[in-house]
Amino acid sequence: MMRIRHELLLFLLAAFALVLPAQAQDPLKISVPEGTESATPIAVVPFAFEGAGLPPETDVADVIRNDLARSGQFRTLGKNDVVEFPVRGADVKFGTWRMLKQNYLLIGRVADAGDGALRVEFELFNVASGSSMLALSMTGQRTAMRDVAHQVADLVYEKILNVRGAFWTRVAYVTSVGTGQNTQYALMVADSDGFNPQTVVRSREPLLSPAWSPDGRRLAYVSFERGNSSIYVQDLSTGSRELVSSSKGINGGPAFSPDGTRLALTLSVGGNPDIYIMDLASKRTTKVTNHFAIDVEAVWTADGRSLVFTSDRSGKPQLYQVPVSGGDATRITFQGQYNARASLCCDGKKIAMAQGSGNVYRISVLERATGTYREISTGSVDESPSFAPNGSMVLYAATEGPRGVLYSVSADGRVRQRLVLSDGDVREPAWGPFRQR
Amino acid sequence: MKNAVRVLVAVMLVAGVAACKKKAVKQAPATTDNTTQTQTNPADTSGRYTVDSLDTDACLRQRVVYFDLDRTEIKSEFQAQIACHAEYLRQFKGARVTLEGHADERGTREYNLGLGERRGNAVQSALGSAGAMAGQLNVVSYGEERPVDRGHDESAWAKNRRVEIVYTSAQ
Repeated sequence: MMRIRHELLLFLLAAFALVLPAQAQDPLKISVPEGTESATPIAVVPFAFEGAGLPPETDVADVIRNDLARSGQFRTLGKNDVVEFPVRGADVKFGTWRMLKQNYLLIGRVADAGDGALRVEFELFNVASGSSMLALSMTGQRTAMRDVAHQVADLVYEKILNVRGAFWTRVAYVTSVGTGQNTQYALMVADSDGFNPQTVVRSREPLLSPAWSPDGRRLAYVSFERGNSSIYVQDLSTGSRELVSSSKGINGGPAFSPDGTRLALTLSVGGNPDIYIMDLASKRTTKVTNHFAIDVEAVWTADGRSLVFTSDRSGKPQLYQVPVSGGDATRITFQGQYNARASLCCDGKKIAMAQGSGNVYRISVLERATGTYREISTGSVDESPSFAPNGSMVLYAATEGPRGVLYSVSADGRVRQRLVLSDGDVREPAWGPFRQR
Repeated sequence: MKNAVRVLVAVMLVAGVAACKKKAVKQAPATTDNTTQTQTNPADTSGRYTVDSLDTDACLRQRVVYFDLDRTEIKSEFQAQIACHAEYLRQFKGARVTLEGHADERGTREYNLGLGERRGNAVQSALGSAGAMAGQLNVVSYGEERPVDRGHDESAWAKNRRVEIVYTSAQ
């Protein structure tokens, strides 16, 4: 009798889990507007704290659960729907998790590791077979528990999906606060979920187009602090920076080559905006495109041999590809009035772009093999898409009421999360590369 | 303050076009004040304008040229404005202007930098063909970064698609 009641309770809880939205947590807000039937169910049990004194500020299991959920690949069991709290493998009753229709189960604990550090031990189980898939521990300072949690999420993601996780990465973006002459611009760097924002540059003049170096140590960006647009490359750890381009006219759209030695950029010193490549050591530039149209927003293909850029040579902005050595550009996009600001992923198999039709601009992803487009955003002025380094998610800028906000969306467009990062206007997101431990 | 002036200029624009046409038939002041210490070069007194005209002349006080969506052609209603600034620049060879090109928020920021520059270039070449010297003109594009109206509708966009004629030296 007791057993039946227990099962009934579990059933009710499971039913509620389907109705209740994911727990909203500041500064994050996940929305799952459409069904995620194809997403994999996983339960992340709160990690027990077994150390001395107070537990860390960061709830490690919450961070992991949130990461897995916003990827769109997983359907996480709501924290309030977790009914058993196993801490070690021996504690797990697989029947419970099977009844909750979970495919995977992650449990763990946090303990002291000496010198104020904490050790996070975790174990991932296949619920159907009851077998352990991964059992590891990771140590970090008390203040670095978010970093540890993101790395655990990356390992779980990779173990189940066989794709490297990209939660332990950083994003860059631009904020503007105030209006008119009192506007203050800032270039910011934060964790991929929007936490730990840090100001990298502050300016009274517009900042835009941040671009990461492949090693994640430098940012290139455009600043108007000299009156005209100019391009800087800044070292993130030291804050020192170098003015690399301040030609007459536009200096815009920097993008590091895959080997980090060159920068693609837009210059209009020749009379109209064209794509150039600068050798960062010598600062010598070579012209790649030579057309009276506006050619902007170059990004590199993974092999470093071509650039994808935006040009209005056909009338309206469309995406083109050109060899880095120059020569003829090949048009890529033919659907939609306005296609711009490419972000490439997955060895160039997919291209995200801002696609405009009338007054509506949304993010669309082109599968190059099939030529099909998938619209992955729902706003009216969505722009600046930026793929996560593993291609699982796209970060983009949207306008909500008077202000700009950032969203991360799963690459299939189904799971969307708003990153509330600042009181002001937030835009120009750029997802950084994988980090090295 | 600068913004307040810009807004004022924008507001005056409609009235200004009519005023400018009237102004064209008026006689310019025949002489300039010789006691003014700042006037190191004798102005071309055969011209219509004095340095003060930048503040007093209805046509010269118009310093914003507006554009249609995605367009860079200068509309006929702005020809009078271009003509009077070109005439001023012809008369005062030391005068310098920066042509600040702007776009509305639609489309990408980098493309809009290009669009703002194209508009700046259009005003530059119109001023050039009307007699201003290349060395007097400088184009800077701000793209969509400096809207005068932060709204998200056509009336805001129309105000933001513009080139501002900014005098960096009056004579």
